[in-house]
Amino acid sequence: MPKQRDSGIEAADARLAWCCIAPALLVIVAIALVPLAWAAWASLHRNDLRMPWLGQSFVGLGNYAEAAGDARFRESLAHTGLFTAVSVAMELVLGLCLALGLHRAARLRGVIRMAVLLPWAIPTVAVALVWRFMFEDGYGVISAIWSPSSGGWLVGASAAWVPLILSDAWKTTPFVALLLLAGLQTIDDGQYEAARIDGAGRARQLLHVTLPALVPTIVVALIFRTLDAFRVFDLIYVLTGGGPGTSTETVALYTFNSLFGRLRFGYGSALSVIVFVVTFGLALLYIRALDPQRRGGDR
Amino acid sequence: MTRWLPRLVTVVVLAVWAFPLYWAVLSSLTPEARLFESPSLWPRAVTLEHYQTLFAERDFWTPIRNSLIVASATTLSSVIIGALCAYAIARLHFRFKGAVLGLILAVSMFPQISIVSPLFLLLRRLYLLNTYAGLVLPYLSFALPLTVWLLVAYFRQLPADLEQAAMIDGAGRLTILRRVIAPLAVPGLAAAAIVTFIFCWNEFLFALSFTVGPRRQTVPVAVALFRGQYRVPWGQILAASVLATAPVAALILVGQRWIIRGLTAGALKG
Repeated sequence: MPKQRDSGIEAADARLAWCCIAPALLVIVAIALVPLAWAAWASLHRNDLRMPWLGQSFVGLGNYAEAAGDARFRESLAHTGLFTAVSVAMELVLGLCLALGLHRAARLRGVIRMAVLLPWAIPTVAVALVWRFMFEDGYGVISAIWSPSSGGWLVGASAAWVPLILSDAWKTTPFVALLLLAGLQTIDDGQYEAARIDGAGRARQLLHVTLPALVPTIVVALIFRTLDAFRVFDLIYVLTGGGPGTSTETVALYTFNSLFGRLRFGYGSALSVIVFVVTFGLALLYIRALDPQRRGGDR
Repeated sequence: MTRWLPRLVTVVVLAVWAFPLYWAVLSSLTPEARLFESPSLWPRAVTLEHYQTLFAERDFWTPIRNSLIVASATTLSSVIIGALCAYAIARLHFRFKGAVLGLILAVSMFPQISIVSPLFLLLRRLYLLNTYAGLVLPYLSFALPLTVWLLVAYFRQLPADLEQAAMIDGAGRLTILRRVIAPLAVPGLAAAAIVTFIFCWNEFLFALSFTVGPRRQTVPVAVALFRGQYRVPWGQILAASVLATAPVAALILVGQRWIIRGLTAGALKG
């Protein structure tokens, strides 16, 4: 900045800044940080709301030890990992194809913008219900075309994942494409020009110009989608309810069931702390992975 | 490469993507008995009975009213609180700015399920379960970081010259905020408000956990918990899903340009 700031203005600025920030900080501390700390504290206690007369007793890491030995919890972790890996991979690949296609089709941009935003904005509950209806045995439009076994899609332990993953991809691929499209639009035309002069065809341009330039955007999309997919709740609660049995139950769903189904607030809090730690670990991992890329891109 | 091929592909992709929407609307207009027969891709009979039953028998106005109140109140509070915070982060100089922004971004990544149990105990102790405040307060935990994040990106794009010119003319920070920044900020505030409203309108986990019975249920919870006497009332469920989608569809139709700019600007900055 060319002009010199005198220290009086600087101090007034800082005072004003803290006044502006205070309400937001207060809210965030009160409804996000305090509850998080409370959850951590509650996870060290037994607190069974079905038997309130037992009170809350300190059990140390007992709830975490129980979680480590809980087969249903381990399965729910595996389910979540599976759902996250498959749906995010699908969404990134499809989204990249879609973005590359849209980048060329400048004419249709208006229609496409609406088409891209609509699935993203529709309530997940509505999406889940519509997809469940399409996969219902006997009268669902997709079951009418093909159904895996007697009883249909929603009663098969593996088959039930198909509507879950397809509906997630349906809802979020357009959003991924939107992010990647924004990334594509920042690539300098000169780079393509240079590649063309060097005799690079379309495929080589894609491989050597487009994709490397797009890496930071891809990583951002990957972060968003992984974190979202890992805490998936609405879609599964409504579409399969975690069933058949518990074969599509994810960690968020199992945590919810422990809390509000079995009213085990101590154990449920321990599970929610685990979800938090895993989510945060993933976020940190990605951010560290992104950093060198960014510096490379800024050169 | 021929000219029609990309267009053909685009049209096919759009058609595949539009199908679930078409199917939901079509089925919501199909008479009850036909819904449970083998499906037909074209309408054979059209009826509004499901929409009528929704309001006549299920009192669907109550969840609509609840959702409107909760989403509007949350959006209004988080845009006001968030705009101040975002302005300070984008435009003013102070220590620990990076830490404040980092904290807010970190909170926006919080999984809702991680704070649902303490929030439930807290709201129960304050007798706020099954109240509007008992939804608006928890909603701020995701709405406020979202609003701040969108608005910081927006405020940073505003030209700095205007502020400096006003400052040279002797205007104080507050005058600048009122006279220079506020008018320029309107499109950004509108976009942030639309996105925040959509997130609140669609929220499910908190609304499911902190309401009991139909009195304060929001639209997504009410629709998800629809039960029929003998079989799943698919006609009503789909009609309600269509109605739940209508307001967000209208909002993005109005604000699509701003929304896309807001969403992608934030993402590109990481």
